[in-house]
Amino acid sequence: MKHMTRKATRHISQNESLIFEKSSPGKAAWKLPPLDVPEADTAKLLGKQEREDLGNMPEVSEIEIIRHFTRLSTWNYAIDLGMFPLGSCTMKYNPRVNEFVSRIEGLANGHPYQPEKISQGALRIIKTLSDCLIEITGMDAITLQPAAGAHGELTGMLMVRAYHQSRGNPRKKVLIPDSAHGTNPATAATAGYAVENLKSNDRGMVDVSALAAQMNEDVAALMVTNPNTLGIFEQEIHKIAELMHAKGGLLYMDGANMNALVGKARPGDFGVDVMHLNLHKTFSTPHGGGGPGSGPVAVKNTLEPFLPKPVVITKPDGTLAFEYNRPQSIGRVRAFYGNFGMFIRALAYIFANGPDGLRQTTEDAVLNANYIRKGLEGVYDLPYSTPSMHEVVFSDKAQAKKGVRTMDLAKRLIDYGFHPYTTAFPLIVPGALMIEPTESEPKEELDLFIEAMKSIAEEVDEDPQFVLDAPHNTRISRLDETQAARKPVLRWRPQNG
Amino acid sequence: MLKAIGVRSVDDLFAPIPAECRLDRDLNIPRQMAESEIVDWFKLRAKESGEGYTSFLGAGAYSHYRPVIIDALVQRGEFLTSYTPYQAEFAQGTLQAIFEFQTMISELTGMDLANASMYDGSTATTEAVMMACRISGRNSAVIARSLHPEYREVLRTYATHQGIPLKTVSFADSGRVDLEDLRKLVADDTACVLIQSPNFFGTVEDVEAIAEIAHQHGALLIVSIAEAVSLGIVEPPRAADIVAMEAQSFGVPLGFGGPYCGVLATKEKFVRQIPGRLAGQTVDKKGKRGFVLTLATREQHIRREKATSNICTNQALVALMVNIFMIVYGKVGLKELAKQNLAKIAYAADQFAKHAKVLFASAPRFNEFVVETSEDPYAINSRLLGHKIVGGLPLKKFYPELGNAALWCCTELTTRSMIDTAVGLVADSERAVRSMKEPEEQGVAR
Repeated sequence: MKHMTRKATRHISQNESLIFEKSSPGKAAWKLPPLDVPEADTAKLLGKQEREDLGNMPEVSEIEIIRHFTRLSTWNYAIDLGMFPLGSCTMKYNPRVNEFVSRIEGLANGHPYQPEKISQGALRIIKTLSDCLIEITGMDAITLQPAAGAHGELTGMLMVRAYHQSRGNPRKKVLIPDSAHGTNPATAATAGYAVENLKSNDRGMVDVSALAAQMNEDVAALMVTNPNTLGIFEQEIHKIAELMHAKGGLLYMDGANMNALVGKARPGDFGVDVMHLNLHKTFSTPHGGGGPGSGPVAVKNTLEPFLPKPVVITKPDGTLAFEYNRPQSIGRVRAFYGNFGMFIRALAYIFANGPDGLRQTTEDAVLNANYIRKGLEGVYDLPYSTPSMHEVVFSDKAQAKKGVRTMDLAKRLIDYGFHPYTTAFPLIVPGALMIEPTESEPKEELDLFIEAMKSIAEEVDEDPQFVLDAPHNTRISRLDETQAARKPVLRWRPQNG
Repeated sequence: MLKAIGVRSVDDLFAPIPAECRLDRDLNIPRQMAESEIVDWFKLRAKESGEGYTSFLGAGAYSHYRPVIIDALVQRGEFLTSYTPYQAEFAQGTLQAIFEFQTMISELTGMDLANASMYDGSTATTEAVMMACRISGRNSAVIARSLHPEYREVLRTYATHQGIPLKTVSFADSGRVDLEDLRKLVADDTACVLIQSPNFFGTVEDVEAIAEIAHQHGALLIVSIAEAVSLGIVEPPRAADIVAMEAQSFGVPLGFGGPYCGVLATKEKFVRQIPGRLAGQTVDKKGKRGFVLTLATREQHIRREKATSNICTNQALVALMVNIFMIVYGKVGLKELAKQNLAKIAYAADQFAKHAKVLFASAPRFNEFVVETSEDPYAINSRLLGHKIVGGLPLKKFYPELGNAALWCCTELTTRSMIDTAVGLVADSERAVRSMKEPEEQGVAR
């Protein structure tokens, strides 16, 4: 260890093999109740469709399963262990009350096809969350059906397409700023649009004159993130919206960075026509190691007829129901109604905060990001001096001179007991360090982070190779990704065990 | 902190937002609530959400027992509150779990490899069709009418906008895909044939016969599986090129429809066309075994508009539930579990057949069956509801041609007495209709 770290220390951790390597015949962790109907004659019922063998499925005992996953869990980093400053990912605290209420019998066990008469509670949750999100975004209508942010994007862009189609021409292109998240162009392409890049200006914002030059009647929409991926609020957003609308185009907003706006500004008030939210970012549902997410899409009235079906309506008698008769709907984007379990968690979060709490959350998120910015300014290069909102983007310009790049710094940060920030993104900043602390972090944790980043910068000056070899304290050192991709081993087999 | 930053108030930090964009009032949402109030509010909603009802619903969402260790383990903060494992050194727990998941899904589906999971069965099925179009260089699909109707709707949404024509193959009297019709529909420009097995009616398809027809024309065969427990006793679709599965049955709560766990599995030769995340085995600098997300060059954050899909999450935590479930039951338990499901359905179908018409009886089925009644199933169900029983799913919404048919499901959790009660009530309905009809018929004769 070069510099001492106050946050983390070496600690015994258990080794653990693959579950298949612990398997042996006769071990079991299951027990079925005695059968209360005659046993099935499988040969007669299934004939040649009967399966004989289940291959290499494991046979282990319950304590082995508990230990297996408990040991594996200790090899992960998590918000519960400390700050997780991944820019644009909004890794905030996941309140445990959310988990508790989502597991209440009745909510956890409701069948999606049970009669509406006995589903009013579930429908009420969908309706209440919808109303809250419409108010928070300043939009007119919403669908909660998309299962994730990218899925929401696609849903939104299909609605853009359907809107233009209904006016006689789906149009050809979608404009996307060069600072955009990779899903934006992938989504536009999946929705059948050609992608045209839009350059940022020297302040890190959409270049409005470039937009004016590129905008024409072939353009269906502009996909903008606001604040953008540099953590900068698009100050000319009104003008951007006007330019789009003047030529019949739509303004799509990627809501990934909504944590900078909730209770302070509403996309519906600054010209956005359609946007998606990420309940797993802004509204505290857990990331769970990469899902499940939930990506509601909110729209203005002009796009309402195109929402995926069904939508929830209030009947004259005050009860809630699903409405399927939506002739202009883009159709379904997912079976059933979306990731309902995430709706419960997000709504619990909104209840726990209320209007005051949500505003405070946004303020704290922005305060924390600016505190880090101030703490690291001068240590790391700040490519854009424009004020930061909820996240700040530095670059590795100074450290690169010693051959140390953003990914190397990130790996060293692991030794200091922090999850790395987002590396090498946005693409317009070479060697970006994208840092989003969220509102969840107390000052003490932020100070430890700043101290760690400063210490790493010193290490780069003193002994760059040491940083290049990081991480030093993890169970395993840097992994050979080239080998993994060249000869993919994607499953265990007895012979490679 | 404000002092350190060099501003006087938090408001100064929001100065970059132009005044006309700012919200200068409170959000009109419910006031802040205490934890006890939040719990109470949701408990009330739970009471209004079918708590305490016995259900015979399946149709793509199945009620199986969830071993308690699943929730004990997935609620560990290191799983619950971690991120996508891009920083592999710091996420080996999640990565190894995904690798084990991929292995078991491959074993169970009879495929060479599987991805780390998809949003759900409907989107996995849709992605499978787009994958087949990329592999074959063709641009149309033949889909079974016995595929889950909502999966078909999702596929249609995507296909419409991608310009992929879809043709629908009907089902025969057996409930299975009509092979004659299929032969007519598959052509040399067909990218894939898409079926579900066990299909929406619970009927197990003759996958080999369908594969033969698809492959004769150079089309791929995609098999969608909505009831994963079937894989314990039903031969997996080894002749398929892609298997798209909903794994909800493996330990994932019904949760009013989600989150669930889609999966794609395929043959080795198609690995570079599969969308979604993949965990692969490799070594670290010291030669120690470890796992990483691999083949990322297929994905959106590298390829942007040229990616195989715009997907950038899986359903990691739900996949972990599935993972634990598969291990708890394992090689022997999954088979025994599937056998119990089969036994329940065999008993239930026999009982129903004594009083009403059980359709598609000639082909093998797993844990669902279709019952045709004389009375409208909605009317029967509303009476069942009075007994706190949710009856089978009326099919006329999806299949008007099936008239008064309903799809009934039993699992290992369905008790004999539940079945007997439901059968008794359906039998009452049949008797009532018959006794109403008889005097009428006599009247006509006279």
